[in-house]
Amino acid sequence: MRDRENLLGALGLLLLCLGSAWGLFYTPPETKMASVMRIFFIHVPTAWNALLIATFAFALAVGVLFKKSPGKWDAALAATVEVACVYTVMLLIQGSIWGKPTWGTYWDWDPRLTSAAVMGVAFAGVLSLRSFAEGPRRKALWTAVATIIAYVDVPIVYFSVQMTDRTLHQNLSSPTSVSSIYHWPLRANAFALLFIGIWLIIRRARTILLEAEDDAGGSSPAPEATLVAGVEG
Amino acid sequence: MIRPALGVLRKDLKLDLASPGRLAAVVLFSVVTLLLFSFAVGPDTSSLQRNTAGYLWLALTLSSTLALGESFRLEVEDDALEGLLLLPVPPAAIFYGKATANLLFLLALAALLVPLSFGLYGASVRGSFLELAVIIALGTAGLAGPGTLYSAMTARARGSDVMLPLLLFPLVIPVLIASVKATSLVLLGDPMGDRGAWFALVGCFDLVYWTLCGLLFGKVVDA
Repeated sequence: MRDRENLLGALGLLLLCLGSAWGLFYTPPETKMASVMRIFFIHVPTAWNALLIATFAFALAVGVLFKKSPGKWDAALAATVEVACVYTVMLLIQGSIWGKPTWGTYWDWDPRLTSAAVMGVAFAGVLSLRSFAEGPRRKALWTAVATIIAYVDVPIVYFSVQMTDRTLHQNLSSPTSVSSIYHWPLRANAFALLFIGIWLIIRRARTILLEAEDDAGGSSPAPEATLVAGVEG
Repeated sequence: MIRPALGVLRKDLKLDLASPGRLAAVVLFSVVTLLLFSFAVGPDTSSLQRNTAGYLWLALTLSSTLALGESFRLEVEDDALEGLLLLPVPPAAIFYGKATANLLFLLALAALLVPLSFGLYGASVRGSFLELAVIIALGTAGLAGPGTLYSAMTARARGSDVMLPLLLFPLVIPVLIASVKATSLVLLGDPMGDRGAWFALVGCFDLVYWTLCGLLFGKVVDA
């Protein structure tokens, strides 16, 4: 059966509704931030998945460099970089919405905020480079190289901003730092966003492959006849 | 590896010196940038003096894209790069030769901009000149390494004028942060002795990216 990934997408959306409803209506408010904190049920899973998907993009990029004909790997890589971009933008928007009522500001030059923003811009740059590159081989190799370069930069940005010692951001959320009553909606949304991410990657990779086939079919001229019957006139 | 790299370096430096007009344009651009900062910030001498390191590094970063872009544009014209790649040398040697040529160009530019910015913004060096030279060398190496790799791609893509800064600027944020901090500490004094960590940070960035870009360069020009 084709398009089996749609099942995964449906499961992800269902799980997202479930986890979000659980987090919004069936958990007690947090002691300091009251209900404002409920954005956490989507923000933290987005952060986890953005990083996970970016790491997956890095792994694919390394794979593309070692493949003789990286067609499928390249489509997967481009799709993954796109989804990583989308998740990073979502992450930044959610964080800003949360930041205003709790910190009193939309933005803070904190290591995590800055490295997320740099990752978003760097990955968007990769996609931009890809759109300007000509030819499938060049597209594939350049996307892979630029993805590797951009990914390696993220921890360095994090570390260098951390050295300037400025932060409002709370510590990283993990099962040990979060009240156990919040665990299940958090887990539900984490898997929901993971499934949706995989679904989007597969859908997008398919269309990229189709576009590539279309380009290859459209640009190559029809083979010239070498033996022509009759007499040239 | 070293001999072919030196050969590429010598070729690039000869090309640089053979077209003084190109050099002058980049130099002029960086000087104008320095002037613009002082106009944008206004005639507040103390704030100009305090932020000298920031303006200096921004001027260097902005002009570096011009210099780096030029370095591969020449190779792409008339397919000169193809000829270079036909030589029986590893592609990494070509990368290190070109990156070093770009580094030397940026160093020469910095040697001009540093005294000029001191004059314009009224700054002076409280630390040692040697440290200033070291941080400028480390920082410009951080720009030249990845910049050379990216310009090898962007020079052969459409819209190359926009692409290079778009890719390079987010990447070199750590270099910018650390170089500005370290330069600032050397210029304004470093009572807490913090500058060592910032030197180390730029040094690590250089090490990571000069290695990584050397490894990846072959794939970039192969395409």
